[in-house]
Amino acid sequence: MCLGIPACVVELDACEPGLATVDVSGVRRDVSVALVEDPAAPLAKGDWVLVHVGFALARIDERQAQETLELLRQGLELERELEELRRTAEAAR
Amino acid sequence: MRYVDEFRDPVLARSLAAEIRSLVTPGEVVRVMEVCGGHTHAIYRHGLDELLPPEVELVHGPGCPVCVIPMGRVDDAIAIAETDGVTLATFGDMIRVPGGRDSLLQAQARGADVRVVYSPLDALELARDEPGRHVCFFAVGFETTAPATAITLLRAREEGVSNFSVFCNHVLIEPPLRAILETPGCAVDAFVGPGHVATVVGSDAFRFVPEEYGRPLVVSAFEPTDLLQSVALILRQLAQGRCEVENQYTRVVLPEGNTLALAAMAETLQLREDFEWRGLGVLPRSALGIRDELAAFDAERLFALPGRRLEDPKACSCGMVLTGRMKPWECRVFGTACTPERPLGTCMVSSEGACAAFFSYGRLRQPREEVTVGG
Repeated sequence: MCLGIPACVVELDACEPGLATVDVSGVRRDVSVALVEDPAAPLAKGDWVLVHVGFALARIDERQAQETLELLRQGLELERELEELRRTAEAAR
Repeated sequence: MRYVDEFRDPVLARSLAAEIRSLVTPGEVVRVMEVCGGHTHAIYRHGLDELLPPEVELVHGPGCPVCVIPMGRVDDAIAIAETDGVTLATFGDMIRVPGGRDSLLQAQARGADVRVVYSPLDALELARDEPGRHVCFFAVGFETTAPATAITLLRAREEGVSNFSVFCNHVLIEPPLRAILETPGCAVDAFVGPGHVATVVGSDAFRFVPEEYGRPLVVSAFEPTDLLQSVALILRQLAQGRCEVENQYTRVVLPEGNTLALAAMAETLQLREDFEWRGLGVLPRSALGIRDELAAFDAERLFALPGRRLEDPKACSCGMVLTGRMKPWECRVFGTACTPERPLGTCMVSSEGACAAFFSYGRLRQPREEVTVGG
């Protein structure tokens, strides 16, 4: 639950303001981006964020995002987190 | 060297390990506490402890939020879950934590409506979907997850969701660090600071460690080479007679933290006078409750809770492990009466608990052998 997962923004204001649809290794779900909003540099499609329990807590660059994902993939952490994401993303539909 | 090859950058890992070896004085042990459970997990998963010279001893800290929740609070959550018409939602790690009698998982088997959610927003969604039931979110976590609870509370108020509440168990990182530093005979020489907590609170929030207690602290990211680099930065400070907060995780952590997250927490949560921690006892001003303005969403005001203080089982040494005074394998029940499948203590429940991390990577005993690393 404390694990930070890199995710790529695929759609903004998906269904309501402050939420964005993100993609983590092919799994999509809505997360809150309220904590990384910056009027001077609005979040855009293709941006990467670090997600904790459904909230983007920081913006990160794509290279570090991919590296972190690769490392998580080698362990079981990513699989476990994706399982949670899939389960809850389906429940939300 | 079976572990180094798994690193993304084995060359960098080797050179960092060589630098660390060059910075220690033979026979002089430096005790470095990694505060965060995520770091503990990474250390065991990648065998970092085996890469370090015997002069660097890693001590596991109190930074696993599941592990520090006392049994009495689990019983309170079970009492909420067993109330008619109530759904209790929480993170997957929490449902197996043993309370005084049993766990939320066992309460679920007895018929209580306990649901695992990925995010507090999912719990709010449950409340919207089932207006006939009351949905209570059992919130745990340090400052990393508290902003999520804060924003969820703000949304609930904004939308006027009247069948939603939060059983708030958010804890703060500073009080347990002070408690450990103020323990007579505290043998911790330096700290690896928690990268994700620091994302929220900022690296400056840890300045009290060098300034008031004279111990270096390096805020660290979570990859193996990050952790090795943080240990090297600590040893460099010690070698040069410096004592400060350094930030190894500059790619994410700002000195001031995430100000939006801190503002959301300040708007919704308030300091409790005190809070009981597993292993550390009652610490003043160490946890957050829900602000009076949001009382309508506060499960502690909505439900009659047992609120009992329970002693840990005698055989369980979680308290010693959480404060770095005992290693997982030194506990009498480690790997025998206490395993991840049937945990006695909280450190064996969460994958970030020191005992579970140690057990999961197949290391029932500390293999403290001399490791030679090329370079």
